[in-house]
Amino acid sequence: MFPYCSDPNAISGLTWLSCYLTTGKHTSLYLSFLTVLVLLAITAPVALVFGFGGATAARSRFAPLSWLGKGYIGIVRGVPDIAFFLFFVIALDQAFEYLRHKIKCPDWDQPIRQGNDFVVCAAAKLPLGDAPQWVHETYGFFLAVLTFSIIFGAFAANVLYGAMQAVPRAQIETAEAYGMSHGQSFRRILVPQMWVYALPGLSNLWMVLIKATPLLFLLGVEDIVYWARELGGTKTPKFTDYPHEDWRMWYFGALLVFYLVFTRVSEVVLARVMRRLTHGQATMGGEAQRKAAA
Amino acid sequence: MSCWDTIADYALRSVGVGERLLPRSDFTLCQQVTLIGSGMIWNIYFGLLALLSGFFLATALAMAKAAHSPLLRKPAEWFIFVFRGSPLFIQFFFAYFLFLSLKNVYPVFSPLTSAWLGALVVLFLNTSAYSAEIFHGAMLSIPKGDVEAADAYGMSGWPRFRRIIWPTMLRLAWPAYTNEAIFLFHATALVFFSGFPATQQMGDALYYANYFADKTFNPFVPYPILAVYFILLTLSVIGIFGIVNRRLNRHLPQAARARIRLRPMLVR
Repeated sequence: MFPYCSDPNAISGLTWLSCYLTTGKHTSLYLSFLTVLVLLAITAPVALVFGFGGATAARSRFAPLSWLGKGYIGIVRGVPDIAFFLFFVIALDQAFEYLRHKIKCPDWDQPIRQGNDFVVCAAAKLPLGDAPQWVHETYGFFLAVLTFSIIFGAFAANVLYGAMQAVPRAQIETAEAYGMSHGQSFRRILVPQMWVYALPGLSNLWMVLIKATPLLFLLGVEDIVYWARELGGTKTPKFTDYPHEDWRMWYFGALLVFYLVFTRVSEVVLARVMRRLTHGQATMGGEAQRKAAA
Repeated sequence: MSCWDTIADYALRSVGVGERLLPRSDFTLCQQVTLIGSGMIWNIYFGLLALLSGFFLATALAMAKAAHSPLLRKPAEWFIFVFRGSPLFIQFFFAYFLFLSLKNVYPVFSPLTSAWLGALVVLFLNTSAYSAEIFHGAMLSIPKGDVEAADAYGMSGWPRFRRIIWPTMLRLAWPAYTNEAIFLFHATALVFFSGFPATQQMGDALYYANYFADKTFNPFVPYPILAVYFILLTLSVIGIFGIVNRRLNRHLPQAARARIRLRPMLVR
């Protein structure tokens, strides 16, 4: 990176550290922070959509749909989320391959599960056997995002379902008295009002989502945990210009600090959003704001 | 080989009793149920001990956080912030490598690098921080009148804490604390995926479920088995905590008693 880095053995102290921290592999570590942020940026809205769908389904007057929604909300209760992560990554992959297999190779006569193997025709493999490396990585990341979205969608559905119940019944009754249909009162009255009730739960969920991102490592994505383990391990002079002992403790210490700062910043921002949203609402929080201003 | 033989061989496999070699091919349903169930021993061990020991530290931390003196308050606030603000997964990794470095300098620390003690310490500190926050919140919502009544009876210091503040705090915190206990048990599934090695393949339930899913490439059998075990564990936690809850609330009229509601919001 810097011109003085050409001979790492000649330098020491901070200069050595500045060269060490800008090697190609460390750039991958810094980029993997971006992976985490991209995951959060995609997962949060997708999970919210899943959650909205789940909550709406659970409220449905059509019983089977309501069971489906309630089942989805209940799915994550009682079982560790990490088990779902490990399960969904394989299950989704096999589901996709199975569907493609059914479409692309209709005249395949062998069973798909042969003993301990899952066999689909070559054209149905995901990604294809001859695909370049980046396709494999993107597919892995896509599976991870989908897994996160399904699980956090269930959490979000639980929060939104509660928020929809919390909107005062009188508001809906008034809408009905004005002659609005079920859908109209849902769109015009319920949905705009539910957010202030949902926000505490959703902010909690955002914190939980941030703290779940290191689990990406278990899904086979090369994320910050992967690189911290890789870079921190003992390096001998034989294989690298920057030999060092086992520094994994320091790398994970840095990750710990990263997460602490991230959750702290989120907390402050979300508290501000909450203050903005409660402004003028007929709730305890809104009343407290009004009194403080007067 | 009948199912009884399998149970005899593998029921205590996770603690090193019985057959050493794990099944390698021709996996039967019986083997999967037995081995995953055997792994639950570790989940219960970690959860139970962390919960019991964490309860005391959590009470102390909640008291410290409510204290006036910043010398007590600040360290408690920081402790709670560090353990609640970072992922448990990273805490496990950090602690494991920290213990490893310590072991290289002082060999006394070598038990800490194995899961049975090292992971237990992390879980103990983690659950203490989460429970302390719950207890602290409950302490703030103790009705003013209760404390004033204690003052009027001439109680102060230790008797007031033991007879009024602590029982009321527990009563108010209990529903949230039940959730914490459930999610602590769920968190124990992370142990063997986060640095701490499983010696001689003695792991927890998820470790074996993952083993079978890897070998058979069929996630649809081992993970549902694991799910059933965990749902049973969750139900028993709710049952036991419900009994305690009834005892804590026994002086109240029926209608005023707080019901325990399971809320899945406490993943770490």
